[in-house]
Amino acid sequence: MAQVSSIADEKTSTHVSPSSSVLLRISRYNPKHDDSSKFMEFNVPYEKWTTVLEAILEVKKHFDHSVAVRYSCRQATCGSCGMKINGKPRLACFTKISELDSNIITVEPMNNFPIIRDLAVKFERLFDTHQKIKPFLIRDDTELESDEKEFLQSPKELEQYIQFANCIKCGLCNSACPTMATDSSFVGPQALAQAYRYVADTRDKGKDSRLKIIDESHGIWRCHFAGSCSQVCPKGVDPAMGIQFLRGYMLGFRS
Amino acid sequence: MTRDEHKEGIGGMANPTRYGIERVAYWLMRLSGLGLLAYFVAHIYETSNILRGQVGWNEFLELTQTTEGHIFLALVIAMCVFHTVNGIRVMLGHGGIGVGKPARPDYPYEPASQNYRHKIGIYSAILLAAIATMYGLAVMFGE
Amino acid sequence: MRESTIMKIHYGTALAAVALVAVHILMRLTQGFAESLEYENVLANYKLIPYAAMLELILILLAVHGFNGLRVILLELRQGRTYEKAVSYGCLAAMIGLIAYGSRTIIMTNMGMV
Repeated sequence: MAQVSSIADEKTSTHVSPSSSVLLRISRYNPKHDDSSKFMEFNVPYEKWTTVLEAILEVKKHFDHSVAVRYSCRQATCGSCGMKINGKPRLACFTKISELDSNIITVEPMNNFPIIRDLAVKFERLFDTHQKIKPFLIRDDTELESDEKEFLQSPKELEQYIQFANCIKCGLCNSACPTMATDSSFVGPQALAQAYRYVADTRDKGKDSRLKIIDESHGIWRCHFAGSCSQVCPKGVDPAMGIQFLRGYMLGFRS
Repeated sequence: MTRDEHKEGIGGMANPTRYGIERVAYWLMRLSGLGLLAYFVAHIYETSNILRGQVGWNEFLELTQTTEGHIFLALVIAMCVFHTVNGIRVMLGHGGIGVGKPARPDYPYEPASQNYRHKIGIYSAILLAAIATMYGLAVMFGE
Repeated sequence: MRESTIMKIHYGTALAAVALVAVHILMRLTQGFAESLEYENVLANYKLIPYAAMLELILILLAVHGFNGLRVILLELRQGRTYEKAVSYGCLAAMIGLIAYGSRTIIMTNMGMV
């Protein structure tokens, strides 16, 4: 007789421990029919390793499946789950409840991004500003000859820009930036850091055109080195460093 | 600023908390800059009293050489020294000086630009402002 | 004017103003603070051509630096073509106005027209 495996009984995804639970306050807002956002509160059990994303998914599973949240990789690679957690922009999958040192966790959509619903926000502005700075290699010899090989680059040359290439476009930097808080036309730390990523790449020959693009009244000069972008970046891109290096080119500190 | 854009607004720009001493320095720089501009305009106006001769000048001195006037000037000294010292730090930072070197990022992904050099610069600016204020108060109230 | 040029002026005026304002403040401290503010002493300061020139320079440097800083803050608070043009020209007008008013004081006092 063939062995038939039975469907496993569904268990709760986290071990229910009465002593470890946290109050999760989730901002709920649907622009189509709500005038303002409101908070809904849920008591969620957690372990030492439970992330905020897991807590939100626990809410979706057991309390209210209509909570809108964007997530994908669950390992700080895709940049989808950016949100404001206890007042600071963070990746939900990369933030453990235990590291927040609080019995109350408040999750809200990232600031400076229009809200789609609840915790999901629109990224059009980030994509537009990113495209504006020409995020691709600019060279005259883009049509390679048949016997041409790859563009050579030493490890030292790679080290000059590789950290800025780690950007996952999560938008946390744009959310934390004080200029982005009020300036709708500002290019933003994400785009400026990516502009430096290409300027610093020895394969790229488009430095002058990129510097011209950001040399405007709402370009690089509206960055005041507050450093909040670097404080929140989950991948160590350190946009503030890239922006100041870029400005160094324009001020004559770097050539 | 439309509600649609979900911008943090002036409240977010003016909130110095959440992101470390560098954000506090940004906030103090803005406050001191605006304060100094207001003082500068007032100073140009008040010193124009010299054109009203001895009587006009002495009238203006009666207004400013008071306890309140001295405390106000002490505040101006604090703003001026902080704005100057922090301004020099920011200018160096804007040139890429003291912001660290690019390197392959590794956990815990601490940003190299938010380093001890700039933190010391900020705390020095605050300390020098405090010292200058105390010196100014000693000079003004000591006479 | 390109924004990079404006910001280079912003940095340059800041650095120059630091040195000159330090001299201006030291003048008040070397003589004795209250004594240095007496009418005759202030008048004597204005009558010295190098000192009057230094005051004029401080006036121009700080007016440029201060009002450009205000322009930057106002541009960040709100956007729009009309608003931005109004802020830029408004700050320029305020800059020129303050320089004119302050220069009037310096020149008239220096020439003894008090």
